[in-house]
Amino acid sequence: MSDITKQSLSGLVENIKSKKLSSSEVTKAFVERSEKSKELNAYITEDYTNALNKAKKFDEKPNLDLKLPGIPMAVKDLFCTRDLKTTAGSKILNNFVPTYESTVTQNIWNEGAILMGKLNCDEFAMGSSNETSFFGNVQNPIDKNLVPGGSSGGSSSAVAAQLTPITIGTDTGGSIRQPASFTGTVGLKPTYGSCSRYGIVAFASSLDQAGPMAQNVKDCALLQEVISTYDEKDSTSIDFKRNEYSKELTKDIKGKKIGIPKEYRVDGMPEEIEDLWKKGIEYAKDCGAEIIDISLPHTNYALPTYYIVAPAEASSNLARYDGVKYGFRAEGENLIDMYEKTRSEGFGAEVQRRIMIGTYVLSSGYYDAYYLKAQKVRKLIKHDFDDAYKKVDAILTPSTPSSAFKIGEKTNDPVSMYLNDIFTVPLNLAGLPGISIPAGHDAKGYPLGLQIIGKAFDEQNILNIAYAMEEKINFKNNITDWWIK
Amino acid sequence: MSIDLKTIKHISKLSRISVDEKKAEKLAGDLNSIFDFIKKLNELKTDNVEPLTSVAETTLKLRPDEVKSKNLRDQVIKNSPKENEDYFVVPKVIE
Repeated sequence: MSDITKQSLSGLVENIKSKKLSSSEVTKAFVERSEKSKELNAYITEDYTNALNKAKKFDEKPNLDLKLPGIPMAVKDLFCTRDLKTTAGSKILNNFVPTYESTVTQNIWNEGAILMGKLNCDEFAMGSSNETSFFGNVQNPIDKNLVPGGSSGGSSSAVAAQLTPITIGTDTGGSIRQPASFTGTVGLKPTYGSCSRYGIVAFASSLDQAGPMAQNVKDCALLQEVISTYDEKDSTSIDFKRNEYSKELTKDIKGKKIGIPKEYRVDGMPEEIEDLWKKGIEYAKDCGAEIIDISLPHTNYALPTYYIVAPAEASSNLARYDGVKYGFRAEGENLIDMYEKTRSEGFGAEVQRRIMIGTYVLSSGYYDAYYLKAQKVRKLIKHDFDDAYKKVDAILTPSTPSSAFKIGEKTNDPVSMYLNDIFTVPLNLAGLPGISIPAGHDAKGYPLGLQIIGKAFDEQNILNIAYAMEEKINFKNNITDWWIK
Repeated sequence: MSIDLKTIKHISKLSRISVDEKKAEKLAGDLNSIFDFIKKLNELKTDNVEPLTSVAETTLKLRPDEVKSKNLRDQVIKNSPKENEDYFVVPKVIE
C-alpha cells in the first residue's frame, strides 16, 4: 500500500484504468498518509469520510473513460466547494459554507476526481510563505524549519509530501510558481482568461489565475487540460482553442527560440541561482533550443506596479466582508462600529495592510499619482514582452531569487517578503503563462526552480519545453518523511 | 512624502477597519516603507502611455438574463452570523 502514494498522477490513472488499483485503495492510501502528516499543517479542512464513500461509490460503477477516474485530490482553500467550508485562510470566513462550486473544481469532479479536503494558504492568498494564514503556518516537507512558499503553501507542501497526487493553486503574483520552486514541484500559472475565476475567493481580479501543481510536467499538463475551459460565469474567461495538453505533449523542442532576459540578473542574487540559470540554458541547448539574449527593460518596475494594482483591487474585492451576510461578526455599538470591529478582528495584519494601501492609492487626490501611473507602467511591462516575443518563442528565468527561507525570517519586513515575487510578478501583470520546474539544489540541499514564460495562450509550448528539460535535469527531491512518527 | 498618523486614521475610516494608536503607528511605518519602494515608478515618464486596464483583449459577451440557481434562501441565510426568519439582522440603524 505504501507505494501507492509514491506514484505519479499519470501512473495512478493508468493503474485505475487497467483495474490494477481501485479508487478506494488509492483514496485510502492518500487519506492514511494525510492523517499521519498532520504536523505539516497542510490541511485546513479534512473531508476524508466523504472521500472514502465517494471512492466506494465510484468503484461500484467505475467510469474509466474519465480523465481523472476516482483520483482523490485536496485543493487550495480558496476554491469554493459546495457544502464544504471554504475559509480562504481567514478568520473572517472561518464558518463560511458555499452554496455553489467553483468552475475549476467542478471541472475536476466532472472528470471523476474525488475531493479529500481543503489545503492551507496565506490569508486571501496574500503572502509568500503561508505565514499569514489564520490556521497557522505550513511546514515544508523538505525541512521542518522552512516555509513551503505561498500563497499556495498548503498545496505545495501536500504535493511534495505526497498527501495528494496533484492539486490546484491560484497565482496572483507568483503564488503557484514560488511555492512549487520552494518544494521541488511543478507549478503552472496559465494565461489570464484560461481558467475560470468563478467561485474562487477574489484577491486581485485582473491578476488572479488558477493552475495545477504537480510532481511532474506530464501530470501538470493533464490537470491543465481538465481545468482550462471557457466559462460564461467569468466575464474575463476567454474563448480560445484549447489544446489537449497531455496528449499533445512532446519533448521535441528542436529549433525553439528561448530568450534570456538580462534584467533578471538582480543585485544580491545568490551565485547558486545564477549557476542554476546557466545550467538551465545548457539543458535547453541540449534539447535543441536556440538561446537568444533579450531585454525586458521595465522588469524592475513590475513589483512596485504590482503593489499598487493588487492592493487596489483587493481593497475593493474585500469590501464585501462586513459581518452581515456570512462569515465572522464582532459585536458593535452601531452598524459602523460593527463593520469596523468585524474587519479589524476578522482580517489578519497583512490583509489589513493591503486593504489600507489599496484604499489609499484609490482615495481622492491620489488616484492619478498611484493607480493610473501603475496602469500605465503595466502597459510598458506588457510591451516589453510583446517586443521580446517578436524574436523568441519562450523565455527562461529563475523562478525565485532564493531557495526557501526559514519560518519567521521575513515576517517583520513586508518589503523583503514582497521581493520574493520579483521574477514571477511580471507575468501576472502581462497576463502571460509561466511554469516553474525543479532544476537543482542549493548548497543546503534545498530545491531551486526555473521558470519558463510563454506567449499568451501558448501553454502547450512551455509545457513541451518543461517536459524536454525535465528529462535532462532528472531532478530528485530529498524528502525523508521526517514528520511521520 | 510620508504617511502620518492622521492619514492612517483617515484611510482606516475609509477601509472600515478600526485601528488603535499602537496599530496606527505600526501601519504608518509599514506603509511608509512600502510607498518608499513604490515611488520607484516616478523614474518613468508615462505622459503618452495609455493605461492598461485589462490584459484580456476581449469584449464582454452578453448572455440571457436567466435564473440558474434557485431555492437557495435557507442555505444562504444559514451562513449569516445573525438572522431572524428570512432576514439578516444588523445593529439598529434608525433611531
